[in-house]
Amino acid sequence: MTTISGYNFAYLDEQTKRMIRRALLKAVAIPGHQIPFGSREMPLPYGWGTGGIQITAAILGAADVLKVIDQGADDTTNAVSIRRFFAKTAGVATTTRTDAATVIQTRHRIPEAPLTANQILVYQVPQPEPLVKLEPSRAETRRMHALAEYGAMHVRLYEDITRFGQVAISYDYPVMVNDRYLMAPSPIPAFDNPKLHQMPALQLFGAGREKRIYAIPPYTNVRSLDFEDHPFRAGRAPHACGLCGSDTSYLDEVVVDNEGGRLFVCSDTDYCETRRDAGHAGDAA
Amino acid sequence: MTTLLQTAGLGKHFTLHLRGGLTIPVLQDVDFHVAAGECVALVGPSGAGKTTLLRSLYGNYRADQGSIQVRHHGAMVELARAAPRTVVDVRTYSMGYVSQFLRVVPRVPALDIVAEAARGVSPEQARTLAAALLLRLNIPRRLHALPPATFSGGEQQRINLARGFIGRHPILLLDEPTASLDADNRDIVVGMIDEAKALGIAIVGIFHDVSTRDRVADRTYSVAPLQDAA
Amino acid sequence: MTDDTLLSARGLNLRFGPVPALVDVAVDLWPGEVLAIVGESGSGKTTLLNVLSGRLRPDDGVVWYRDPAGKLHDVHAMPAPKLRALHRSDWGFVQQDPRAALRMGVSAGGNVGERLMAQGLRHYGNIREQAIDWLRQVEIDAARVDDMPRTFSGGMLQRLQIARTLVTHPRLVFMDEPTGGLDVSVQARLLDLIRSLVARLNIAAVLVTHDLAVARLLAHRIVVMQRGVVVEAGLTDQVLDDPQHAYTQLLVSSVLQA
Repeated sequence: MTTISGYNFAYLDEQTKRMIRRALLKAVAIPGHQIPFGSREMPLPYGWGTGGIQITAAILGAADVLKVIDQGADDTTNAVSIRRFFAKTAGVATTTRTDAATVIQTRHRIPEAPLTANQILVYQVPQPEPLVKLEPSRAETRRMHALAEYGAMHVRLYEDITRFGQVAISYDYPVMVNDRYLMAPSPIPAFDNPKLHQMPALQLFGAGREKRIYAIPPYTNVRSLDFEDHPFRAGRAPHACGLCGSDTSYLDEVVVDNEGGRLFVCSDTDYCETRRDAGHAGDAA
Repeated sequence: MTTLLQTAGLGKHFTLHLRGGLTIPVLQDVDFHVAAGECVALVGPSGAGKTTLLRSLYGNYRADQGSIQVRHHGAMVELARAAPRTVVDVRTYSMGYVSQFLRVVPRVPALDIVAEAARGVSPEQARTLAAALLLRLNIPRRLHALPPATFSGGEQQRINLARGFIGRHPILLLDEPTASLDADNRDIVVGMIDEAKALGIAIVGIFHDVSTRDRVADRTYSVAPLQDAA
Repeated sequence: MTDDTLLSARGLNLRFGPVPALVDVAVDLWPGEVLAIVGESGSGKTTLLNVLSGRLRPDDGVVWYRDPAGKLHDVHAMPAPKLRALHRSDWGFVQQDPRAALRMGVSAGGNVGERLMAQGLRHYGNIREQAIDWLRQVEIDAARVDDMPRTFSGGMLQRLQIARTLVTHPRLVFMDEPTGGLDVSVQARLLDLIRSLVARLNIAAVLVTHDLAVARLLAHRIVVMQRGVVVEAGLTDQVLDDPQHAYTQLLVSSVLQA
């Protein structure tokens, strides 16, 4: 695809990229801490991944290979749109293969295949503040982060255990980054939380509407909050993928007919395809 | 016998600011003492200042002149114009007071009110002692769990007495201890005072009833009314 | 100030515009004693409480606090994190309206356990056990540990606030009209509870009240304030039974006898 004319490389002007890169540097220097940035007007509305897009735009180079996934899939409308956007404005190569990408922009999932030190994972974040439901005042939440006063979040977990016998947070499960900052990892399933810990790839988080950027540098400690007698468990549907047979990947539940028939398939489309290419097959294949 | 409580040149007046600063002198040059095992009765006409003297000894009223010395932790301690913490300490360990009127937290059972005042025993022992003392003062067991607000004057006074005597302070001040009591209960109180004296407790009391006074007092101390202020 | 004072304030001055809220106020507090600050509205008693507890900065003067190790700290020179940590550990603050101090959307156990969690306790079972123990101590049925404060009466809410405050064994508790908003029939039991807890746990307390009867019942010492000035201070029963200052005499004589 030829790049569109009249636009700067990757759509954003160079000054904006500088501003975002400065925010990114600060974010990497203080793992898990939210950095405000001057979020720009993008050709998508808020709620469609503008934060992630701005980060990707600021870090893309001509030699990069971009993968975009939405809930693990490369072929949903949003993933396709964003991929096409960068192909048009930056002319970069794009791919659906996790192992071929240098930059992966994701909405609400971490790829199943382990990432390497040559890759950057960019997350789309709707709500960067993990304490927002406990403390309505943003001034107060900033103070709580500054003073590392996170008792209220543990109260939230305590309440879950009291009411449900276990912590009932299934996505956007709060984590402690580098033993210092409480962070919202974006609405990835709790199942994906262990992947955040000591990941070789750089992880960048962008919230366009809320105008915040944060980061987890490679090989950083990331621990999901829990209690000693109620340790964190990564939950997963107790099924195997109907297409490739994997019993370790995160699954989507798909309704296949009007009689209530269901199929469980890998949420990560590339992972599933790779396994099938390698000869694995599930019951429904 | 050791003097446990004494005053020298004790003086007190009241200044009524709400009455334009009217000054009423009540006590002047009071030299008083009481020894261990002794009971001194304060005597004098009504309004002479007997209760004022008693309350001044306890630190409830402020002495304006002179000194009040109390034997406390083995030494004589100055109480007149002493720091509040000192007075609290003296009241905890050395001096008890039975007032004329019962003033307590509402809705607390009589037994608890008395048991709380016990010193140097476990809570369970305190409750046992309190129950025994109440029974001795003819407060039947069925009343022990009730708050005393609805008791008769005489019953309330007996709760008051139990609360005062259970502490076994070395000095005990009694303000009209038998005023609301019938003859039988007066006898019981006389018995309690005699026992206290035998234990070496010094008692200062105001007794409205002359016969009771004569039975318990070793000495009397006269409080004479001063001239009215201008 | 002696070697064992827990809290010492000197020369406190504060004006709200032209209005003097505190005029050269000095206060001392020793371990295990209860100090009542009484006065009518506008006397400065709540202002004094807020200055003593570090919540409000005076124009002038100093508040010294002695930590458990015996070291003195200037409360208003302390860094904010330290003061906040102090308020969650060695200090407590009981507010008049318990609904403002509690998390109404969190269970009783969660409310009581919050300070423990803030201090790093991470064992759910232990936290819940301690919460249950404290509910019993403030005479709330232990079976209500998982109930929402919404379902509690006013008196129970105040007792829950007290439990939530005492769970870290503070040595000093500030109380702002702790029985103020409660029905009279409920006040009595709460007063008795406060009295016995304070005595049993050897807690020092600074208690603001407009009710002289509450001061008489709970406090060893009393400070009487009028328009920012301490007009009289001393032993509670002495100040209330033998008031020396004209204003104290006025206050005492104005109390209605039921």
